[in-house]
Amino acid sequence: MTLANLRPMAPELILIALGLVLLMLDLICRKKEMLAIVTLIGAILAFYFIKGSHGGLFDGMFIADLYSNFFKTVFIINLLLSTLISVKYLDTERALHGEYYALLVFATVGMMTMASAGNLIVLYLGLELMSLSIYVLCGFLRNNIKSTESAIKYFLLGAFSTAILLYAISLLYGSTGSTDFNKIANAVAVMGAGAALKPLLLFSVALFVTAVGFKIAAVPFHMWSPDVYEGAPTSVTAFMSVGPKAAGFAIIGKIFFVAIFGLHVEWVKLLIPISVATMITGNVLAISQTNIKRMLAYSSIAHAGYALLGILTADGDGLTAAMNYMLIYMFMNVGAFAVVIMLRTEDFAGDELKDYLGLAKTHPLAAFLMMIFMFSLTGIPPTAGFIGKFYIFTALIHSGQLKLAVAGVLISVISAFFYLRVVMYMYMKDPEVETPVSDSLYLKVALAISVVMVIVIGVFPGKFIEFAKASLILQ
Amino acid sequence: MTLKHVLIPALPLAAFIINILFGKAILRTKAHWIALIGVAGSFLCSLSALSGVLSGHIVNEDLFTWITSGSFKVSVGFLIDPLTAVMLIVVNTVSLLVHIYSIGYMHGDKGYYRFFAFLSLFTFSMLMLVMGNNFLQMYFGWEAVGLCSYFLIGFWYYKKSAADAAKKAFIVNRFGDFGFGLGVILIFLTFGSLHYSDVFKNPAAFAGQTIMICGHSFNLITVIALLLFCGAVGKSAQLPLHVWLPDAMEGPTPVSALIHAATMVTAGVFMVARTNSIFVLSPTAMAVVAVTGGVTAIFAATIALVQKDIKRIIAYSTVSQLGYMFVACGVGAFSAGIFHLYTHAFFKALLFLGAGSVIHAMEGEQDINMMGGLKKHMPVTYLTMLLASLSISGVPGLSGFFSKDEILWMAYAHGGGIGKFVYLLGAITALLTAFYSFRLIYVTFHGGFRGGHDKEHHLHESPQSMTLPLIALALGAVAAGYVGIPHILGGHDSFAHFLAPVVGEAEAHGSLSQEWFVMISSIVIAITGILAAYYFYIKNTKIPEGIAKNFSPIYKILFNKYYVDEIYDVLIVKPAYWFSGAVINKITDAIVIEGVVNGLPTIVEWFSRRLRKIQTGIVLHYSMFMAAGMFILLILILSKLYTGRF
Repeated sequence: MTLANLRPMAPELILIALGLVLLMLDLICRKKEMLAIVTLIGAILAFYFIKGSHGGLFDGMFIADLYSNFFKTVFIINLLLSTLISVKYLDTERALHGEYYALLVFATVGMMTMASAGNLIVLYLGLELMSLSIYVLCGFLRNNIKSTESAIKYFLLGAFSTAILLYAISLLYGSTGSTDFNKIANAVAVMGAGAALKPLLLFSVALFVTAVGFKIAAVPFHMWSPDVYEGAPTSVTAFMSVGPKAAGFAIIGKIFFVAIFGLHVEWVKLLIPISVATMITGNVLAISQTNIKRMLAYSSIAHAGYALLGILTADGDGLTAAMNYMLIYMFMNVGAFAVVIMLRTEDFAGDELKDYLGLAKTHPLAAFLMMIFMFSLTGIPPTAGFIGKFYIFTALIHSGQLKLAVAGVLISVISAFFYLRVVMYMYMKDPEVETPVSDSLYLKVALAISVVMVIVIGVFPGKFIEFAKASLILQ
Repeated sequence: MTLKHVLIPALPLAAFIINILFGKAILRTKAHWIALIGVAGSFLCSLSALSGVLSGHIVNEDLFTWITSGSFKVSVGFLIDPLTAVMLIVVNTVSLLVHIYSIGYMHGDKGYYRFFAFLSLFTFSMLMLVMGNNFLQMYFGWEAVGLCSYFLIGFWYYKKSAADAAKKAFIVNRFGDFGFGLGVILIFLTFGSLHYSDVFKNPAAFAGQTIMICGHSFNLITVIALLLFCGAVGKSAQLPLHVWLPDAMEGPTPVSALIHAATMVTAGVFMVARTNSIFVLSPTAMAVVAVTGGVTAIFAATIALVQKDIKRIIAYSTVSQLGYMFVACGVGAFSAGIFHLYTHAFFKALLFLGAGSVIHAMEGEQDINMMGGLKKHMPVTYLTMLLASLSISGVPGLSGFFSKDEILWMAYAHGGGIGKFVYLLGAITALLTAFYSFRLIYVTFHGGFRGGHDKEHHLHESPQSMTLPLIALALGAVAAGYVGIPHILGGHDSFAHFLAPVVGEAEAHGSLSQEWFVMISSIVIAITGILAAYYFYIKNTKIPEGIAKNFSPIYKILFNKYYVDEIYDVLIVKPAYWFSGAVINKITDAIVIEGVVNGLPTIVEWFSRRLRKIQTGIVLHYSMFMAAGMFILLILILSKLYTGRF
């Protein structure tokens, strides 16, 4: 096997090399900003190589196709944005740079491997690479007790969910005789209607729902997320509120839409109460939060609920809508976190809701950007958030799930309350304290990219929808 | 579709964005440059689009689709055909000249950048309205121009009268727009699409269908046409929704010229012409259009006879002329309506800008009785306004003559009672038009100055940035009509032929001698009106006072605009205030809405605080919840296995 044969996994290889280079560079390089720049260059290089990556490797265990490329695009943009918002933030928190970027990169490789997995074992490897890296990232502020707490919580509960995933994998292997997605799909097809009567197979479905539910923070497997999101360094929170969630949806596509699609009646039934409970819990609990990071954590739970609605259609339109939702969610959510980070300065935490009082008077630009992101998270046109919700709900309606669509719209009304409360605080109240803002150039670039994308997708959604649609060719 | 077509609306939009973002801090007194570049670029692109259309290149393409859901598709697309091309030229020419004029007129105003930002936004919206290839885009433009009109009427928002007028315009237009919106929805329900190309393909197929409303069945096409016409009545200030336009004169005068004379108010006429294939299927709707137009024309003209405010006279004249355009549409002569729209844009914008020049010299005075003898102080303004007045009065050889004569002839030759009726109204209106137009000229520019010595010293001609647009518009007021000289005068009726592919050609049921009769009588009418004004206001200035005294009830009714505002006040405004105060405020708001608005969040928040308690922070509890969730799923699976269903 020559290097040229490895072309389909070029983006992953580049990122692995990048991670190793970063670890070494940390030892010799004094100017830590360089590390961020190297990360950005490496990530852009990997991004460039996504396009030509096609084909299977290692006997179909690793598959690069349009579907995985869509998610890889999301993951690498997430890496880029997270790197941009981290540079100044790490200095403010007096954290070390070296391992930080390397861990971000390795976590991204893990997600990409999940999206490209053709086999349950590879999927598991990717998931563990991602999870282990993020456990460490959560506890990255070693002297901060909250950060340490969040890491240990995430690790313990994550280990629990991994055990469940492995159990699900073994049950599926036991009842179909393979770990390859296509072979499992064939085996399920051969069983025909009998598949729905096999206890082991159905148990594995329930366990998969549990394990994936943990990764995307769906209720009732979500309890870790508010504590972890609040305690983790804010830049890591931004990274992990998008990355693992999108990766979770990537493997939902692989497992539910390919391997066990024959059992879609069953898994849809299991997912319906989960998605409704997720939307309700996320939105209702977000209301009583006073910490903006915690509020965004609950909001992130709620958004997983909306995206799950797309999965419930069990058809291509719904999956497209969910994929598209992840792309949109990335820009608006990282954008909102970027504003939160902007308010974090040397001796000002800036993560309480009251810190946003009268922000429009003291920092009109920051307030304006936050307003756009809040509108988008609410789903108000012409921002991207509206487009995301619109396609989820139309897919639901077209698949005949009218009641769920109505429920989704009604529940999303609640979200207007806490998102627009931030806007109200910024624009209609007087500042209580002087809120300073950070002036990092990197942060501004991340904000500019996010806000432009939120508006561009909101006004010209056609190309992005097409992109998600074209990526739907599961191999 | 090429870049130039996209640039037509995109340039003014870009100018708006730049001015609204950077106008206050950076551009300040240079804000006009950005706006000017935007509209000038747009103007050049429209010229090129016009030449494309003239050589037979018609564009009908979607630029992009915003959202789709089944057959419902929200897209932005352009249709550039002869009708659009005419509108592009009208909108951009007047807009460009008004931009130039405003540099002088708005000089030193503290909202300078804001003014130009909104002018650009208006231009963009109007262009989107006329260029759209579907009803939703027209609706978008329709509402957006209304919003810009609101911004600009209330430009001096600290003046109560301006703020009130802006509100009035917006609210009155709600009535019409509501109907228009229903019309658009009904079109979608009927035709299954909002694209012009789908709707206009074969509307006749739906001609016989009926629709049930409150237990009565109505002809579907008639209902659609009348709902659309509701929008036109509001936007184009026809009876009974005309009341907002005269008040809209509270806005800066360049705004009156651009929005409330040349472009936005003609959107109704444009819309009726655009949807002509629906209107022609319904004789009822056509009759309603014609009669509304004819009655409005004469109604507004009589009010214009006695008004004292220079801008209000012109405003009523605008309402009256818009009535003419609807008369043309109502008798099926859509091209004549658009022709009048096109010539009217020039001479009416000119009248407004000239009035602005006069007001500028008079330091804000708008009462014509306080003027007089201005012609020697401001010769350019006088001459250009004189040409505009000759044109609007229908003096042969000028633009207004050709278009107005075309309408009167088409009405006369329509055949049937309605045609003759509206012809009669139109002919009388023509007499009144010539009279009030020259009353304005004679009282303002002739005779002696009545405003006192102090003001007389300050009288001066306006700066070049204001007089040059006047001269340019005067050229249009004189010559614009030469593209539509009728056959009878040796012309080719080129304008009508140009528009024929879009609006069809109206049939005239009349002989050559009848056509001569109509033309000669309208010439006689115009000259009579002018001479009467001369006799009243130059020769025998005592007569008008005497008439006002002897016929004081009539004079009072006219001067008070038939008391329409007062009637609306009693019938609509007062009850609405009462209702909102006594019912909505006290019952609906205080109990129902406050109850829901305050109650629901309280409940949700209570719930939220309780639910929050579950989040203990203890990992053991969290894992218990996960395990419980998993067991519930397994129980669901088990019940499925043993009962066969969930």
